[in-house]
Amino acid sequence: MTVVPLLTARGLTMRFGGVTAVDAVDLTLGEVELRCLIGPNGAGKSTFFKMLTGQLQPSAGEIRFRGQDITGAKTHRIARLGVGIKTQVPNVFNGLSVRENVFIAASRMGSMRRARQLAEAAMDRLGLGPIAHRLVGQLAHGQRQWVEIGTVLAQDPELILLDEPAAGMTHEEVVRTSALIREINRTHALIVVEHDMQFIRMIAKTVTVFNQGRILVEDHVDRVLADQRVRDVYLGKQAA
Amino acid sequence: MTGARAEWAGFAAMIAAGVLLLVGLPMVTDLFGLVQATLFVAMAVLALSQGFIWGYGGIMSFGQSAFFGLGAYTYAVATINLGDSTLPVLLTIAIPAAFAALLGYFMFYGRISDAYVGVITLTVTVILFNVMNSTAGDAYHIGAAQLGGFNGIPSVPPLNWPGDPSAALDPQQIWYFAAGVLILVYALLRGILASRYGRVVVAIRENETRAMLLGYDPRLYKLLTFTIGGAVAGIAGCLYVNWSGFISPPVFGLAQSAQIIIFALLGGLGTLLGPIIGAVAVQYLINAIGTQQTLNANLLLGVILMGFVLLVPQGVVPAARVLLRGLLDRGRGVRVTEAAERRA
Repeated sequence: MTVVPLLTARGLTMRFGGVTAVDAVDLTLGEVELRCLIGPNGAGKSTFFKMLTGQLQPSAGEIRFRGQDITGAKTHRIARLGVGIKTQVPNVFNGLSVRENVFIAASRMGSMRRARQLAEAAMDRLGLGPIAHRLVGQLAHGQRQWVEIGTVLAQDPELILLDEPAAGMTHEEVVRTSALIREINRTHALIVVEHDMQFIRMIAKTVTVFNQGRILVEDHVDRVLADQRVRDVYLGKQAA
Repeated sequence: MTGARAEWAGFAAMIAAGVLLLVGLPMVTDLFGLVQATLFVAMAVLALSQGFIWGYGGIMSFGQSAFFGLGAYTYAVATINLGDSTLPVLLTIAIPAAFAALLGYFMFYGRISDAYVGVITLTVTVILFNVMNSTAGDAYHIGAAQLGGFNGIPSVPPLNWPGDPSAALDPQQIWYFAAGVLILVYALLRGILASRYGRVVVAIRENETRAMLLGYDPRLYKLLTFTIGGAVAGIAGCLYVNWSGFISPPVFGLAQSAQIIIFALLGGLGTLLGPIIGAVAVQYLINAIGTQQTLNANLLLGVILMGFVLLVPQGVVPAARVLLRGLLDRGRGVRVTEAAERRA
């Protein structure tokens, strides 16, 4: 009996007019796997995430979640199957308090009491307690990212997608975030898009490199970061 | 949780104030005052429908008058035909709600953008206005009820005790009914907003994408909100026609639609008390000007609206809340500094 992977993408393609943002990408993610996606700006990472979450309809290809075809399914349906995402630009409820944000995420299923428990647990995990009553719109960027991660945890997904979770964070916050991701990974599968190489080194095992909509290389983090092609398209620019 | 307790206290105080007004007003005012107050209450219920779907649901409807007028016409036509007003009252809720559900289904499941929801609702009320306007002549009737075109339907029978058409309510009893409906609608909306459904409605207003990413279907929530708004506007129409005893197409008109928006804006979006206060204040003003005829009411309304948009854009109730909180904080701050000085 073969093991059904958590997520498979086959020939996934997204064209915007004449531009092919994502070009025939194949990707397989196992249960409780942590995968990092890197690549220069415009490589198609966020577009890839948008297709996985139903925010964009793929031009071609197929996405399966635990064997179930979710290609082009509605965003809320995919979310209900257990895919949670922290988007690149924080998507939070600005006019609501931190507690309310996390509560709404937790309350889609089960009783109000259960939702409250889930929400409190997620806030504890992220240390959001002291700012629970604050309006999210008034928080600093780093804190808003944490609130968004909190909402994703509170919805208790099977697969967590994080699009640049460390962007705009202080070094201390980055260290905390990497510790959190490793902790989440004990029970959940994650795909993390990130530019910060130090951060990637802190968390990564397997890294997939996107370049111009295609997968350039997919390997263990050490070998990927030593790869000359990766340096050329991506790291080379930073070293220069 | 102290926040929840304060919320309950606020809610209880509001209901108590409402009941006090319902019972107390007939004791302190004459019949004319009471009849006027009945109109204010009808408008307050109408404003609540706008405040609910716009202020909480983020749905910009320019045409709540469509459901208001539909409620009023439904009552008139059904009561003239049936004699007994019991079923017609229920119909004034059901028919506008059903119409709102149908319209909302096409708007929200068609994924029409917010601005176009405004355009479509506005168009719908204008269409209803024109349709009712062109029903003059004997050919246009529903059962025994002549629609009467721009002249409308005169002498609509008032409410009666359930099951007894001969026992019509007098104006004071209609006041009790109207004020009771306002209290009930307010309590119901408060309950809805405190529920999980209500909290998701507000979350969708804040960020539709995030709500979807959490697994909520915004279309369904907006449709339900819009339908509830239609039902509330419908019962407001029932109260209105019971106040006036007569109904004509201007209930669907642009002036009526604009007024509802002004009620909600002046009072404050994102509150329920605000639209009630806005409706009473504006309707009071219109009545006062109407009797004196020295100034055009629409002109004054325009000036007031512009003044508010420029000076108090958030509306009366939110502004008052901020002011009150500021005063409380200052009071507390003074005490804290005094204590610090004493320690020093």
